[in-house]
Amino acid sequence: MEISTTSISARHPQARRDAPDALVNATITIKHGEQVAIIGPSGAGKTTLLNLLSCALVPTQGSVTLDNKNPWQLSPRALKTLRGQLYVASQVPPLPPRQRVITAVLAGSLPAMSFIQSMASLIYPKNIAGAHAALAMFDLDSKIFDRVDRLSGGERQRVGLARTLLSPSTLWLIDEPLSALDPTRAKQAMDTMTNQARERNVTLVVTLHQVEVALARFPRVIGLRDGLVAFDLPAHEVTPEKLNQLYEQYEDELTGAPPASDDLTIAPATVAVMHCR
Amino acid sequence: MIAQTSHISHTVRPARPAPERDPAWIGRLFWLTAAMVIMWPLLVATEFKPWILFDAQSRKSTLRFLGDFFPPVVNLEFMTMVAKETWRTVAVATAGMALALVLAIPLTLLSTRALSVSALTGRMATMPFVFRQAIRFLLIMLRSVPELVWALIFVRVVGLGPTAGVLAIALTYGGMLGKVYGEILESGDAHASTTLMRSGASRMQAFFYGLLPQNAAEITSYTVYRWECAIRSSVVLGFVGAGGLGQQLDNSMKMFNGGEVATILIVFILLVALADRVSYVLRREIG
Repeated sequence: MEISTTSISARHPQARRDAPDALVNATITIKHGEQVAIIGPSGAGKTTLLNLLSCALVPTQGSVTLDNKNPWQLSPRALKTLRGQLYVASQVPPLPPRQRVITAVLAGSLPAMSFIQSMASLIYPKNIAGAHAALAMFDLDSKIFDRVDRLSGGERQRVGLARTLLSPSTLWLIDEPLSALDPTRAKQAMDTMTNQARERNVTLVVTLHQVEVALARFPRVIGLRDGLVAFDLPAHEVTPEKLNQLYEQYEDELTGAPPASDDLTIAPATVAVMHCR
Repeated sequence: MIAQTSHISHTVRPARPAPERDPAWIGRLFWLTAAMVIMWPLLVATEFKPWILFDAQSRKSTLRFLGDFFPPVVNLEFMTMVAKETWRTVAVATAGMALALVLAIPLTLLSTRALSVSALTGRMATMPFVFRQAIRFLLIMLRSVPELVWALIFVRVVGLGPTAGVLAIALTYGGMLGKVYGEILESGDAHASTTLMRSGASRMQAFFYGLLPQNAAEITSYTVYRWECAIRSSVVLGFVGAGGLGQQLDNSMKMFNGGEVATILIVFILLVALADRVSYVLRREIG
């Protein structure tokens, strides 16, 4: 999928009136099949940009076009079809704790299934082989019939990524895919995602805290700071000075480990309480 | 360093006198008085005179009524009848719940904000909002009419018997279940379903793959609990002629047959205890 944005600004729908826009005047063009990493300190607007590209947020100014279509001028039906062509993987994997891994992974292919097919797949999984292959790329094939709440945080994050591989999309928007993974798993996950995207000719946009991963794996890197595009360069032109500027006052995020992802704590499924309403 | 500064400020600040009274006292006094002022008319309105229970006349009639309870009637004919009516009570509750579900599930799906596509990008659009509120209002109307009133209406429409009870439970419980299901779906974590809809899944697909598995345990637990309530409620419905144990209880009471009343009450207590047990086991299995 081809993406272009012309001087878009956006703010969180629940933001205070006087709060500054989370993203200001960003103009970015991403070609079909390109792989782009978005870096920048916390609060720079990375997730806002991803939300804009995934039709999850309406820009307050400017416009987004996906494959030459402005999603906000489409009919609801056409917008749904367009949403089926993009896949959003959020930092906290959106998996119901009582669901089985196989169902969670197959949920990625829902846009390609009719309602009847998706119901039948709940009774007997439709594509065991496909789900197995996707999970195997993340070393999770043995967990295919386990319940999600039996998995660790890192395993859940990898299930969320495996789900991407089953989606019929041509644009993958992935938010912090490595936040809960150890270095070995992170390398494996990054290899799989970039290779698969290349093989399928899918456009890949990833936000990353790990600057060295972004520079090593992605041909193009966009640096965001305070809602502004600080640079948009091929990876080999991103100099240490530029990085130091980008992460000024946030040096620990540039050099140290990625910030601990507190929001990925795992709450096990608890026995439901009885409500008298 | 920090310790030092605090030490300095401690010595420099002039000593304050001990507070003369608890600052929360005025507030407490106010609310206590307010509660009493509001409660008094309530007590008057309800003719709250508990000592009447213990005057000689009341004591005598209470004792006579309770004395009639012994011995409970346990002959074969009566017990067979009680067993049949107990089964009918359970059947009325269960059939009523089934019909209530038929009513509640579609209305929940239509009214829950958790399946709004327009809300994916911030606020829900106006028309869908109005539509959902209208459905919700219908549910609230259904549930605010007590099942006893529905039963009285249906006894006139379909005649005496369990059908009236089934329909009464179906309407009231349909409203209750629909409203509470909607609340459960909206209070749970919406991440799974919104992510699916953002990636192009339909509302129904998002419901079955995201929203339902996220909230299934709470929904089932509430349904089982309501079934238990329906059993208790179907006994009461019997008093207005909707069949089951309640109707027999009513008959026996009108005929001042304390022994039969005692037997039916014991069976009723056992039935409620059993329903409670079954509902507990079901909820544990689901969790």
